[in-house]
Amino acid sequence: MLRDKYRAEIDDILSRYPVKRSALIPLLYLAQREQGYITEASMTEIAGLLRLTPSQVYETATFYTMLNLKKVGKFHIQVCKSLMCALVGSDTVIGWMKTKLGIAPGETTTDGLFTLTAVECLAACGTAPMMQINDDYYERLTEEKVDRILADLKATGTSALKSGPYLWPESVTVKREA
Amino acid sequence: MPKYELVLLKNMMQPGYTGSLKDYEQAGGYQALRNTLGKIAPTDVTGTVMKSGLRGRGGAGFPTGVKWGFLPKDYQGPRYLCCNADESEPGTFKDRQLMERDPHQLLEGIVLACYAIGAASAYIYIRGEMVLGSKILEHAIGEARAAGYIGNNILGTGVTVDVWVHRGAGAYICGEETALLESLEGKRGLPRVKPPFPATHGLYNKPTVVNNVETLANLPHILNRGPEWFAGIGSPPKSTGTRVFCVSGHVKRPGNYELPMGVTVRELVYEHAGGMRSDKPLKAFIPGGASAPFLTPDHLDVKLDFESVAAAGSMLGSGGVTVMEEGTSMVWAALRLMEFFYHESCGKCSPCREGSSWLVQTMRRIIAKRGQMQDLETLTDLCKNIAGRTVCAFGDAEVSPIMSTLKHWRHEYVTLIHEAEAANLIRPESTGARH
Repeated sequence: MLRDKYRAEIDDILSRYPVKRSALIPLLYLAQREQGYITEASMTEIAGLLRLTPSQVYETATFYTMLNLKKVGKFHIQVCKSLMCALVGSDTVIGWMKTKLGIAPGETTTDGLFTLTAVECLAACGTAPMMQINDDYYERLTEEKVDRILADLKATGTSALKSGPYLWPESVTVKREA
Repeated sequence: MPKYELVLLKNMMQPGYTGSLKDYEQAGGYQALRNTLGKIAPTDVTGTVMKSGLRGRGGAGFPTGVKWGFLPKDYQGPRYLCCNADESEPGTFKDRQLMERDPHQLLEGIVLACYAIGAASAYIYIRGEMVLGSKILEHAIGEARAAGYIGNNILGTGVTVDVWVHRGAGAYICGEETALLESLEGKRGLPRVKPPFPATHGLYNKPTVVNNVETLANLPHILNRGPEWFAGIGSPPKSTGTRVFCVSGHVKRPGNYELPMGVTVRELVYEHAGGMRSDKPLKAFIPGGASAPFLTPDHLDVKLDFESVAAAGSMLGSGGVTVMEEGTSMVWAALRLMEFFYHESCGKCSPCREGSSWLVQTMRRIIAKRGQMQDLETLTDLCKNIAGRTVCAFGDAEVSPIMSTLKHWRHEYVTLIHEAEAANLIRPESTGARH
């Protein structure tokens, strides 16, 4: 039960809003963090916590793409396929991913490690092509970079190639000094 | 390259600047807050912002001070400020930089806006995917709270402002201000019918202002340097200040460039963004994010301000400039954006929900060389029946890629259809309206 395990965190979330229902998405995130996806049981429990009906929770949970209602792999790879990424090669990245992982977008590898999804814009068009894996952005992707990221994740569960805060345009500093 | 003074990106361009409270204070941060809270009347702060000519940087370009002025003066209950950080417009990535690289600049702007409108609570509605940005902001809020810039009795002035980060969960429509409010209330992000406007019936039905990240980040500078200074930058009187232009697509150095409004597309693309990435000439560009109609090389000297871009048949929108080189299929480009809108339509209004599906199906058929000439009429007809017939501006946005590419590059659609006819690939099932 979320209530027993995360009582302090739930109370903290609830304290931010004058109306309980506002805590719904933060609590759904909490449930997702716990199990990797949002189960029907956790939605029912959240409904009780917020004094909502289960269907009020379902209607919100089913609207948002980041709330997983079914199990995803340990690493959820979301490659942006919108125009700005597509102009500079996101289709190639998706194709490369498919070859390397042996799965199509929407599928999970048999070892349960990777789920591949082609998604719409992640607001990193200046550093395209890009993807998000779990909480992290990976930008300016190339096939070599993708290979290293996948190998890193398999070996250590993380990769040094993930992005930090927003990346500068390449070589812009040099140009401005000139 | 002409030299321009950076305003919003100035601090973060300094070597070693981390965006910490200490760095921000050393760069003169929180001075505007110290000089304003309790010293200048809230209505005068609003007046200053009105005088500066600052217009919303999220897309619609509504004058910020005027928006604040719509809040009921005599209302005694709670009021709210919502910072719209749900940056999701394809082609736009400026708010992420402002939040991740200089979070205190935004927080100072938020507290100043709260003071002006009399709000004690602010929510930063950040798009869910930006986990790093939300962590950086939460850390910065903690720093500002400890230093007395956020919380009860700020710097002993008796002003209280609390700020919270609220992560969205992946829905483009939540950047629309009323959909954002619905989402913040824990519901599906469906836009509300306006009026009533958020100024009177916003979050929890209370008076609310929704401002974009870049808009709020401008406030400390306007209060520090005066409205005349701000109004003197850009294309006065209606497009004042700088703009963080996001350049993406086929240029050598895609990225964010802060320039005065009124800079030409030619200068932005060829001087700041390094020009085209290959030797191919520019074929098309979008001047203001995915909602803005495509323009052609004939429009390269159009000034990037609200009026000039509108006069050229497009809109400045979110400031996202996407560049396409010769050889890009405009039918394909329009389809890619159409697929975005189809995916992101919230489903509330039938013209948008059903129409986006029909548009995508028809476009896919044309691309797959199974189209026919009457499809072009179908597309135009669909667009005319979507635009202006929806609760929010999403309907207008979703038809812009198709309408503008049909206007400027109709021959590309015709060529694909002629190829389909020549190859005799038209199948019986594709001749009717079946999907």
